Amino acid sequence: MLKIGKKSFQSRLLLGTGKFENFDIQKQAVEASGTEILTFAVRRMNVFEPKAPNFLEMIDIDRYTLLPNTAGAATAEEAVRTARLAKASGLCDMIKVEVIGDDRSLLPDPIETYKACEELLKEGFTVLPYISDDVVLAKRLESLGVHAIMPGASPIGSGQGILNPVNLQLMTETMNIPVIVDAGIGSPADAAQAMSLGAEAVLLNTAVSGADNPVKMAKAMKMAVEAGRLGLEAGRIDKRSYAVPSSPLEGLSIIE
Amino acid sequence: MSIRLNGEHIELPDSIKTIEDLLQHFHLQNKMMIVEQNREIIDQKAFKLKKLNNDDHIEIVHFVGGG
Repeated sequence: MLKIGKKSFQSRLLLGTGKFENFDIQKQAVEASGTEILTFAVRRMNVFEPKAPNFLEMIDIDRYTLLPNTAGAATAEEAVRTARLAKASGLCDMIKVEVIGDDRSLLPDPIETYKACEELLKEGFTVLPYISDDVVLAKRLESLGVHAIMPGASPIGSGQGILNPVNLQLMTETMNIPVIVDAGIGSPADAAQAMSLGAEAVLLNTAVSGADNPVKMAKAMKMAVEAGRLGLEAGRIDKRSYAVPSSPLEGLSIIE
Repeated sequence: MSIRLNGEHIELPDSIKTIEDLLQHFHLQNKMMIVEQNREIIDQKAFKLKKLNNDDHIEIVHFVGGG
């Protein structure tokens, strides 16, 4: 069971809702992923087109926990403002704190992220900061009181998978809040690896929305996350330098 | 009255006096949205009471797809 703040979830896959080709495919992908948490961004509404469809109107939102992000923010102040707007919807009190510090890499600004988390915790939000794979920052944020930590596997949308498994494992082994691997996951193998390294959950978007078949990929990611988690709980064998036969050595006389 | 709505300068007929009037004018009253008036978030229950003033900066935001 994944626990974030006061809420519990069966699914360990969080799905982003950006960049799907159309709402129909998106709806099917959400269904296939088995996710219980959907992320969103907060943006200006096109008031001159009131009939433009919105994905939120197409799903049964009571079935999902909404995790809005503060994407677009470059400072703590902007992130806090976006978070307050999201909360005012009355639909959620969770916030993914995303403060981008570099436009080329889209890597998060650790100092502004920390400041935003500090303020949002004071205001009673359930706070999930998106950070680089920085073990010390993760610990500082844990001490501050955030409810989960979301280290990036590699740059957003890059699909490069987990660039620093050592740092990720250092986090999962030493932290008492959920580590949710966010950003950079490209394939089901990456998602399974994240879970094998001890992540409590995985958040991905482009890996599904950008796949040739997003619905199949959503299902593959669901299975990969489950397999990775199950494998971790099962306890893998140690790696050895030499072969160890799987078949018994007794009774070999028949071929002597 | 003239206001700035989502960054755009617009002229409103005199009949529009409150936030609720504004939302109805744009046929937005049934949408899931959040309204900010001069940087202050307006409680949905207060749409009816909140008066619009000349030169107000109004932001109407909503949730869109994102990761």
